[in-house]
Amino acid sequence: MAELSSNPERSYLENTGKRTGLMAWLTTTDHKRIGLMYLYAMMVFFLVGVILGELMRLELFKPGQQFYGPQVYNGIFTIHGIIMIFTVVIPGLAVVYGNFVMPILIGAKDVAFPRLNLLSFYLYILGAIIAVSSQFMGSGPPDTGWTFYAPYSIQTHTNVVAAVFGAFVLGFSSILTGLNFIVTIHRLRAPGMTFFKMPLFPWSIYATAWVQVLATPIVGITLLMIIAERWLKIGFFDPSLGGDPILYQHLFWIYSHPAVYIMILPAMGVITEIIPTFCQRRIFGYKAIAMSSLAIAGVGYFVWAHHMFTSGMSVTAQWVFSLLTFLVAIPSAIKVFNWVTTMYKGAIDIKPPFLFTLGFIFLFMIGGLTGLVQGSLATDIHVHDTSFVVAHFHYIIFGGVGFAFFAALHYWYPKMFGRMYNNTLAYVAFGFLFIGFNILYFPQFIIGMMGMPRRYFDYLPQFTLGHQLSTIGGWILIIGIVIMLVNLFSKKGAKATSNPWGGRTLEWTIPSPPHVENFDIMPEMGKDDEPYDYE
Amino acid sequence: MLSETTHIIPYRTYFVVLITLLVLTSATITVTWIDLSAFTVLCALLIASFKAGIVMKYFMHLKFESSLFRILVIMVLSIYVLVIILLFFDYLFR
Amino acid sequence: MNRMIMSRDMEHRDDIDSRLGMWVFIFTEILLFGGLFLVYAVMRSKYSHEFHQAALHLNTFVGALNTVVLLISSATVAMSITAVQKGNNKLAVRFLLITLICACIFLINKYFEWGHKIRIGLYPGSDLMITLNHGSIMFFSLYFFMTGLHMLHLIIGAILLTVITFRVKRLSINRDHYVLLENGGLYWHLVDLIWIFLFPLLYLIT
Repeated sequence: MAELSSNPERSYLENTGKRTGLMAWLTTTDHKRIGLMYLYAMMVFFLVGVILGELMRLELFKPGQQFYGPQVYNGIFTIHGIIMIFTVVIPGLAVVYGNFVMPILIGAKDVAFPRLNLLSFYLYILGAIIAVSSQFMGSGPPDTGWTFYAPYSIQTHTNVVAAVFGAFVLGFSSILTGLNFIVTIHRLRAPGMTFFKMPLFPWSIYATAWVQVLATPIVGITLLMIIAERWLKIGFFDPSLGGDPILYQHLFWIYSHPAVYIMILPAMGVITEIIPTFCQRRIFGYKAIAMSSLAIAGVGYFVWAHHMFTSGMSVTAQWVFSLLTFLVAIPSAIKVFNWVTTMYKGAIDIKPPFLFTLGFIFLFMIGGLTGLVQGSLATDIHVHDTSFVVAHFHYIIFGGVGFAFFAALHYWYPKMFGRMYNNTLAYVAFGFLFIGFNILYFPQFIIGMMGMPRRYFDYLPQFTLGHQLSTIGGWILIIGIVIMLVNLFSKKGAKATSNPWGGRTLEWTIPSPPHVENFDIMPEMGKDDEPYDYE
Repeated sequence: MLSETTHIIPYRTYFVVLITLLVLTSATITVTWIDLSAFTVLCALLIASFKAGIVMKYFMHLKFESSLFRILVIMVLSIYVLVIILLFFDYLFR
Repeated sequence: MNRMIMSRDMEHRDDIDSRLGMWVFIFTEILLFGGLFLVYAVMRSKYSHEFHQAALHLNTFVGALNTVVLLISSATVAMSITAVQKGNNKLAVRFLLITLICACIFLINKYFEWGHKIRIGLYPGSDLMITLNHGSIMFFSLYFFMTGLHMLHLIIGAILLTVITFRVKRLSINRDHYVLLENGGLYWHLVDLIWIFLFPLLYLIT
């Protein structure tokens, strides 16, 4: 019998015959293939972003101008931010693992709207292209920073509109993905899997999806307002026409603060999946972690102006937002306590995913605690707009989200590709990454407190040692990235079994790699079944 | 037997809702002729909210969907209202 | 018999998924316009007197007419769903045509409103606009941006409903498969909801 339509018993990586080669992938509606395409695209954007970062660190190695001047430097940190934020960490784990793994974890064949999923991917590519085109078209790369603050973003002659419109399209992609995931989790869970029998990674994706859906439109309209300001002089942010530049900051951060929860929630979700597997214990405090994901998403909507303490807004607003910022730290702390408690008296096996997880917890803690320094009004006055802030958010975003991404990659790699990688190389890569990361960013806390401003291409001589350490750390980090990528993508390792780590969630009950429709027999959860069924 | 029966809403119901909406529209216009300064805006917004409520409840079938939809609508609107309130902690106290 | 009911049940399940997706999309649109309403709230609280003066340039009658027209169009699109559910596709098409005619009336009104203002030089960035006081500039910027974005959504909704009308006529939307009509209706009601708030906030400022 000829193989005309897809044979569900085949691996999703094999072509079914209706289309071949590249076209089979470009027209796919399979959530697993879409997740992989996002992964590959995102890796390219990440590497571009890393190179841009290294270019910055190169210029900052010594005071004075070495390789290029301030205009170029401003352009570099702007596009570095745009690429890293809008094409790497915001789509991030949600779009790669939310797509690939989440449907499997809830026992579904695919997401609720597979074709919409493919549209999301193409909007992602389109938005990225438009944003990057800002570097090559018009009157020069934008130099406003990825935050596009008015009034400068209105006045600068550089190509702000392309960058801003690219971000708009990327936002639309994010909204549609969030929409898809909300409906998927509400409607496509396996029979018997109530919300509170669902694993915690889908819980985190669910919370994230709501943030994507409700916060992103605000930045969408704000970016349109920037374009309208530049092209039509509508004046919302222009004091000479009656507008208020601080209003721009409010609108921008009403999205961009929840955006950091879009970044971190799936990361925390992955950590919550990995720890039970490598401690062979049920997660401690399942309900607390589920509820804390919702709490972080919820309270996270109401803290945005902690980015604006020095902007000129009212003192009342300052302390209200400072208070709310301290509140949002609580659910995050709850998660950390639960993770560590899960490890206590567990049968700990430090495989690469778990090592990256430990790295995450350490780096996220530093990032989180230094966040409190900024959430507190008095100390924020001192560190605002210094390297201290830069170090803080890199610890959270790169140390947190980034390391969680690497952890997830090492955890689900056997499932996604059907092969194992070399554990020793993974440990070596981790070593370079972890050590390099800390040498790169920790000095920035110190020089920041000493007064080193952010987004400055030159600096006073007393900051030189800190900058040099930082740049060297960056080189060590890059070695780690290269080793990791070589380990994962340049060699074919041993074949993977369906459950190489001894996990208990649904993805480990199916072959590696999965069949096209995930499950040959639809899973069902019984009344007494639990998502983390250890002991 | 279908697990969920489809509600067919009679034409008459929609007609009654439409008339109500038109009456409320003229009420809004009338109210704004009376100058109660800040309260006029509040009144107009309350009437508008009520109109929006019956559009959602009847035209958009919220009354006949599962309670999940109602809960989500309330959640979204609440978040939005809280954002406005927080924003005005800046603008009212400058 | 059982299998038929089961498959109808599955389609019913898919319909709920589809409607839920549409509602989530509506939430995003509410937040999108919500950003504009935030700007409005800030500017109105700052320039309440100037807003009152500037609003006198708007024609309350035309605004009210547009409100009425949209409300009717909302009612008729809802009625068209009832008609399809009862198997009366012909009647459903008639209701949808009324909706589309109402949309056209709205757009024609807007064309004259905007046209008049643009002709007398009252638009963002014009020479006249720059001479006005700050509150007036903010009012008119908001007026054009908000009604412009609303108009864009109205046009999209009208196009969507036109496609749907053809499908109802062709019977590909029928009493067993009409979630597309429901979703088109939901989108249209959103357009109506936004205008329900725009009208008093722009036209009825005392």
